[in-house]
Amino acid sequence: MARAHSPRRLWLTTIAAWTVALIIFFPVLWMILTSFKTEASAVAMPPEFLGADWTLENYVEVWGRSDYPRFFWNSVVIAVGSTLLGLLIAIPAAWSMAFVPGKRTKDLLMWMLSTKMMPAVAVMVPIYLLFLQFGLLDTRIGLVLVLMLMNLPIIIWMLYTYFKEIPGEILEAARMDGASLWNEIVYVLTPMAIPGIASTMLLNIILAWNEAFWTITLTTTKAAPLSAFIASFSAPQGLFYAKLSAASAMAIMPILILGWFSQKQLVRGLTFGAVK
Amino acid sequence: MSTQSTRLAARFMVAPSVILLFIWMIVPLAMTAWFSFRLYRLLSPDRTGWVGVNNYVWFFNSPDFWLALTNTLLLVGGVLLITVVLGILIALLLDQPIKGQGVLRILVIAPFFVMPPVAASIWENLFMHPQNGLFSAIARGFGAQPILFLESYPMPSVIGIVAWEWLPFATLIFVTALQSLSSEQLEAAEMDGASAFNRFRFIILPHLTRAITVVILIQTIFLLGIFGEIFTTTQGGPGSASTTLPYMIFKQAIVAKDIGRAAAGGIIAVILANIVAYFLMRGIGRHLDA
Repeated sequence: MARAHSPRRLWLTTIAAWTVALIIFFPVLWMILTSFKTEASAVAMPPEFLGADWTLENYVEVWGRSDYPRFFWNSVVIAVGSTLLGLLIAIPAAWSMAFVPGKRTKDLLMWMLSTKMMPAVAVMVPIYLLFLQFGLLDTRIGLVLVLMLMNLPIIIWMLYTYFKEIPGEILEAARMDGASLWNEIVYVLTPMAIPGIASTMLLNIILAWNEAFWTITLTTTKAAPLSAFIASFSAPQGLFYAKLSAASAMAIMPILILGWFSQKQLVRGLTFGAVK
Repeated sequence: MSTQSTRLAARFMVAPSVILLFIWMIVPLAMTAWFSFRLYRLLSPDRTGWVGVNNYVWFFNSPDFWLALTNTLLLVGGVLLITVVLGILIALLLDQPIKGQGVLRILVIAPFFVMPPVAASIWENLFMHPQNGLFSAIARGFGAQPILFLESYPMPSVIGIVAWEWLPFATLIFVTALQSLSSEQLEAAEMDGASAFNRFRFIILPHLTRAITVVILIQTIFLLGIFGEIFTTTQGGPGSASTTLPYMIFKQAIVAKDIGRAAAGGIIAVILANIVAYFLMRGIGRHLDA
């Protein structure tokens, strides 16, 4: 709102907004601070702020002396793998629905969206049994498949709304000039679609990384990603606060960084293009 | 416009997605429906057979089921109420002239990127823990007894944690919507002597209607399936005090290994989701003219 404002008002709103923002952010900040304290300092009463015993030991310990790197690597493989596989399947589908729409395209899109409303618990039992049957329980390939299918409707929808914004005339012009379907996709469409594909990829990696239903139900130890590991890090009783915090901080850091890059796309992706 | 061969190619390109989603949804759902009428326990696999609607009857006769249903609706309703009301208030604040707008947004959006188990674990251990949590330190500072959040008030505590995770999403959408509000209109109303409340009630709120609808629709989809937060903090307890429908079904399947009952629960969850989805699709379909 471009109105003239008094400096006093500017300071008032600034202070109020920063107070609110810091309250919302405080739990994350407190966890990060705790991760740099010694275990004794982390549970000290009253809580220690500036006078705390600071250390980097927790990070060294969590990363070096446990299975943590494996959980981290599992998260990377599952998030990136399911995203790439999803894009591979979704890009042609979104392309054809955006540029060669048929009578039923709209219905098809709505049907895909409706599959997102199917509660995961309703298909959990058969998926669990099928996984048991085919030896997919606690494997990374199993989770890649499930998370890819889970997010496929979101990927298709997001790509579709981005592709829709590419003017169809350009494609027609290319076609007139004798470009084949393949050339059209590779040389004309793809360069224009890269920003959209990139943001779709980013959002989907975030969703897959943070997923905590299938990862908990379908893994135990071998293929468990960070979300399953942290969820079953049971009742520390004040003994491992600092280490738990360090493990948590490392688990959310990649996504915090990716997420801050993709704020705008986040709104668009999660609202299926309804809010841009 | 497009040639016959292009059309044919287009159909082939959609096919894999459609087939995969169909298999992903229909096959497991059919299996769930089948199991829900059968006696099937993984711990005694030789005793199987048709049991009619017994599995469903077990659910409807179980007091835990009605509690879980209430808890599920409380969770969805509570989180929606908190995030929509606070989200609008915070968005109005962030829409004011502020120094350091960029960094501030990053701080506000952060909770949304924290994975559910981590969010739950931060609140459980660093804040709500009766001995070592920050809240208990504050309570002791005032000479009061620490509140046993997850033991005495499990549902409100879980609702609080989930609301903290989803508040940034609601705020972000409302901020986006407020940016498209014309300032001329507000200024004209101000000059005509409309009070701040009336400006909010008659100009800002109607402008936000669509954003509010979208927030409610999208959040409901995700909130109906909330699982990680409960698994990490209360495990559905104490007793069944914080068991939601997804968590109850999870317990039947993975812990009790009673496939028949878990399947019946799954079908009930589908029916519930369909009732909600009916209203969702009607609302969202109108807005999604992408």
